[in-house]
Amino acid sequence: MTNNHIIHTEHKPSFIRKYVFSTDHKVIGIQFLFTTLFFFLVGGVLALLLRWQLGFPGKPMPLFGSWFPDNMMVGGIMLPEFYNVLFTIHASVMIFFAIIPILVGAFGNFVVPLQIGASDMAFPKLNMLSYWIFMPAPFVVLAGFLTESGAAATGWTAYPPLSAIEPVGQTLWIIGVILVGTSSIMGAVNYLTTILNLRAPGMSFFRMPLTTWAIFITSILSLLATPVLTSAMIMLLFDRVMGTHFFLAEGGGHALLWQHMFWFYSHPAVYIMILPAMGIVSDVISTFSRKPLFGYRAMVFAIMAIAFLGFVVWGHHMFQSGMNPTVGTTFMLSTMLIAVPSAIKTFNWLGTMWRGSLRLTPAMLNAVAFVSMFVIGGLSGIFMASTTVDIYIHDTYFIVGHIHYVLFGGSMFAVFAGIQYWFPKMFGRKMDDLLGKIHFVLTFIFFNCTFFPMHILGVGGHMRRIYDPTQYAHLQDLQPINVFITISSFLLGLAQIPFIVNLIKSVFWGEPAGRNPWEANTLEWAAPSPPPHGNFEVIPTVYRGPYEYSEPGRDKDWHAQNEE
Amino acid sequence: MKSESNIGSLGVDTRKLGVWLFLASEIMFFTGLIGSYIVLRFANLESWPVPSTVLNIPLTALNTFILICSSATLVLGLASIQRGDKEGLQVGLFLTILLGAAFLSIQMNEYKALIQEGFTISGSIFGSCFFTLTGFHGAHVFAGVIWLTVVFLQSFGPRFSRDQFCGVEMVGLYWHFVDLVWIILFTILYLI
Repeated sequence: MTNNHIIHTEHKPSFIRKYVFSTDHKVIGIQFLFTTLFFFLVGGVLALLLRWQLGFPGKPMPLFGSWFPDNMMVGGIMLPEFYNVLFTIHASVMIFFAIIPILVGAFGNFVVPLQIGASDMAFPKLNMLSYWIFMPAPFVVLAGFLTESGAAATGWTAYPPLSAIEPVGQTLWIIGVILVGTSSIMGAVNYLTTILNLRAPGMSFFRMPLTTWAIFITSILSLLATPVLTSAMIMLLFDRVMGTHFFLAEGGGHALLWQHMFWFYSHPAVYIMILPAMGIVSDVISTFSRKPLFGYRAMVFAIMAIAFLGFVVWGHHMFQSGMNPTVGTTFMLSTMLIAVPSAIKTFNWLGTMWRGSLRLTPAMLNAVAFVSMFVIGGLSGIFMASTTVDIYIHDTYFIVGHIHYVLFGGSMFAVFAGIQYWFPKMFGRKMDDLLGKIHFVLTFIFFNCTFFPMHILGVGGHMRRIYDPTQYAHLQDLQPINVFITISSFLLGLAQIPFIVNLIKSVFWGEPAGRNPWEANTLEWAAPSPPPHGNFEVIPTVYRGPYEYSEPGRDKDWHAQNEE
Repeated sequence: MKSESNIGSLGVDTRKLGVWLFLASEIMFFTGLIGSYIVLRFANLESWPVPSTVLNIPLTALNTFILICSSATLVLGLASIQRGDKEGLQVGLFLTILLGAAFLSIQMNEYKALIQEGFTISGSIFGSCFFTLTGFHGAHVFAGVIWLTVVFLQSFGPRFSRDQFCGVEMVGLYWHFVDLVWIILFTILYLI
């Protein structure tokens, strides 16, 4: 067993090679982290603009309304076309440019080679390329705002025929998504090769921490699902620029075909957005409960089961599309099966915390929030999985509430947990405990105030993607809920300020952290903080599993993987 | 990077593993395109022309033969370097490049004739499928020819020997994959 990156000659790379065009997985991970956090902010601001319109339709927006040009807002009052652009770009930015790349690009890159005891990724140059192909993508999509007809406005699902005939912003959107998909495929090849082939001596598959396992399975999903989306995007692009009719009925095309291909990617993509989060949370909860992860192997097999089922359930997004109802029933059953491995994971997290010596650090608080919010998001998912119920609540705010419980309540809380957990490793300094707790409490409260009432709106018949709810008689009485959601969402936005302050403050002035501030077992904590180029002084040898905490008869309550 | 052995913890060469995984994603890409073709063809059964009335099948059969030969010459090249015969490798690579380029030029002439007859990418759904599928395959052949040329130029240096031929194997994996895709495309687009 040899590792070809062990020998690194001492050399001082120039600033550009070290921080811009770096091939070091840690620098690339941090590049992904800051880029995606920036786009998280952009997506959040777009959401707040949407919420203003829904809470106070037809009212001029105070302070900022006059900044917008006349093709977006007239006298501070939002135009319906701009509203369509906003919900499209909000979802696209959050999904393609924030959640997926922060989980896979940032955490995958930074954590995976460290956790398996490798000195870098298998293909460092490919890794650099995957960042620099990703980086321009959001700007290509957002460039649509500069065109006269505005950016893409057909929803993040871009259903044809509308998406085949919309103005040029849609073409930019397609190019951006193809770019980010290509980056994803490159990343997937790299993670899979790295995890399969660059594990340190003794690091067998069933000694790998859950974050690494989750990125491994997620990469299989990215590798196999993303190219199908790329092929669909290319056909849509050809419909727009080459005069083909793949998705246009008038030339013999098939609009439903797009939906199948889109969801063949985008349903696995839902798991691309949650599996790494589950991995992160498993690591955080075990460390801060000072207990072995309950049912380690069951956790791994549950991830595999979720990923496998994730490939055969895409039709549950299409119950109303006019496809054969018998097929709908098949998709309903396979979808409901996912509840089983998800429940295994949830109970195992609870089992891990049960009678543990909990250390309620901000990372742990966010991880526990993940578990509870994921339960709500998962349970509302079962409503939608049932075809008969789905026909009533599909395309209402119920589904908007559901997706935000899974993606914000789930993935984002895991991101907050992951950032605060690995920050000492990334920058060699700790994040502020008090600011972290303030951010957590405020975010948790206003998150629930924002998204929980959406379920009530949805059951009340509030359609999603409507410009002005006050125009519908049956929604008149529900408008106060909309106002409440809007106010909560602005407070949720403000609640992110402590986090940003904490992040900036801690990078420069945080309390220095040693190698292993959390007394954790996994290999990344055996490297210096921050790890140098090449990560480890000596490639570590692994003697045990990742979660051996509180062994009876030991004087300390942790037992590092590389400790004999 | 260029160390002698890249055998990792799985017991296989890291670079070859990367190529295999890349090919898995390529399979899914062509699956997306071919699957769409099947769906669209079944949705337009009445209006779908018999392929032989539109396409020049004898010419493309020759082209298919050329591409299959190019896979064989590449295998011969690889077998030569495994015996330590560097000139054999160079001959094999050169012939493969030549055959690949011949395939592309015949395909371009086929496109030209078809477009002159009025069979275009925007004219019919069959045209859309035909040019998209064969076009993406052609782009893969083009990329393969460039990759082969790079390997061919490298073969004049000290890079390849009896024990070191991973670069040839990698381009070989890709080239055989592209060849295989063509056999599927030829069957479903031209023959049935």
